[in-house]
Amino acid sequence: MSDERLRPPAPFAARAILILVTIALYLPLLNVVVLSFRVPEGWGGEWYSQILGDGTIADALVNSLIVAVASSALATILGTMAALALRQGGFAGRRVLEAASYISLMLPEILFALALLSWFATLKIALGLQTVILAHVTFSISYVILTVGARLASFDPSLEDAARDLGAPEWKILTGVVLPLLAPSLFAAFLLCFLLSFDDFLITFFVNGAGSETLPTKLYATMKTGLTPKLNALAALMWLASGAILIVAFRSKSIRGLLKAGEKA
Amino acid sequence: MKIARALAFPVLAWFFFLILAPLSMVVAVSFAKRGTYGGVEWTPTLENYARLWSPAVARIVFESVWLAGVTAVACVSIGVLAAWAMATASSKKRDLWLIAIALPFLTNGLIRVLGLKTLVGASGPLQWTLTFLAVPFDPFVMTANQPLVLYGMISSYLPFAVLPLYGAFEKFDFSLVEAAQDLGAGEWAIFRRVILPNLKPALAGSFLLVFIPCLGEYVIPDLLGGAKTMLLGNLLTEQFLKARDWPFGSAVGLALILSLFLAWLVASRWRTDASRKKAA
Repeated sequence: MSDERLRPPAPFAARAILILVTIALYLPLLNVVVLSFRVPEGWGGEWYSQILGDGTIADALVNSLIVAVASSALATILGTMAALALRQGGFAGRRVLEAASYISLMLPEILFALALLSWFATLKIALGLQTVILAHVTFSISYVILTVGARLASFDPSLEDAARDLGAPEWKILTGVVLPLLAPSLFAAFLLCFLLSFDDFLITFFVNGAGSETLPTKLYATMKTGLTPKLNALAALMWLASGAILIVAFRSKSIRGLLKAGEKA
Repeated sequence: MKIARALAFPVLAWFFFLILAPLSMVVAVSFAKRGTYGGVEWTPTLENYARLWSPAVARIVFESVWLAGVTAVACVSIGVLAAWAMATASSKKRDLWLIAIALPFLTNGLIRVLGLKTLVGASGPLQWTLTFLAVPFDPFVMTANQPLVLYGMISSYLPFAVLPLYGAFEKFDFSLVEAAQDLGAGEWAIFRRVILPNLKPALAGSFLLVFIPCLGEYVIPDLLGGAKTMLLGNLLTEQFLKARDWPFGSAVGLALILSLFLAWLVASRWRTDASRKKAA
């Protein structure tokens, strides 16, 4: 490719820094994995079998999965609707929609968390998994708008025109032409939301109330009381899960595009 | 497609109910009084804002802004070099690097912090090496200190800078580098006079992408800094979850939004200046 010829290699110092950065990013994570196999008698998978037998961890996992699936599904539906609407343009709420989605992307988590907490308290909505789901949907929608919107931007409108010329009603064009073509990006958006939700700590920590621990809040509570090899095993498993989802997600063009373009600031 | 416009309404309602209304609520609460039992008493007051100027709070604000600033500058400086090396690798390797940087980025922050803690912790390699070399150290200071917080912040937020800078390098016209090389420019001159001026908007953008979340960071100072470290994120969490002084917490939150807005204003002014100069 001519493109390759046009990119003279970066200086040695830059390449060295890239390698050092990668080492700095992975060393702590790999250390967790290695130490998770450290048992009193030497090495082994004991901590992993302890985790599988721990009821509180299983409860947290179930909560995490409920929240992640429910919030990702809702966010994907709502975000796709918004992306379709934004593509049309020229309606009154467009500015508000864009502004709110921008705010939700840029607002520091902690402000979002405390705003939701005082809002839920004012409305006397009981804290629990339901408030966690509401919160997760809210911060996920904008990512769906970005992912699905990117696909819609490269969408060939003549396909819809063709369907219209053949007499298809609007809803039929949407369900029969647009949505099937969007399916890969919908899947990518769902995965991205799942990952964001599954990993979220701070917002969950504020709005979950007592007794509805998710895996990250459970991990935090355990870390506060002290480091144990069992904790390392739990973290290693969580890391493996995120990594597996990421590798699936990376196969999707929409997500790769999103990563490559970087987030808009 | 008329049907499409109607699709906006559920999302508009959702955003109104769960973003705009809660944020307005924070503004309202910041002018209220703290109730006797930690609730909110709706008597208008400016007291919460007056308390922001107390030396203790001012110190926390200053330290938080300083830490976020140092972290952002470090992440952008390291990130621009790393992204340069990534973008000039062969196209197959580029995708691998992208996954390599994105994986820790999408890893739970708690796991990254746990990783650092185990690295310096009792059975970790650092203490093991020091013991082996018979270097004396204090295990309590070692597992919770300021440099560790800074290291945790930089290593956690590096991908926030590397990824957008890599995106900018993907769009960068590398024939400029070739031209500079032909004219006899050295590596340092190329970096300073060709790469940096062309990347200004992305540099400002990635500075903000690091600075904004850093300013409200809670987990890293809480778990790596020990009891002594108090930053904005910890102060906010304390007010909302422990002291239950929501009016004061809301005022602190608004001060945080305001300082972020100022940072954004400065960075975007710098960015438009840069692109105007480029156009001229």
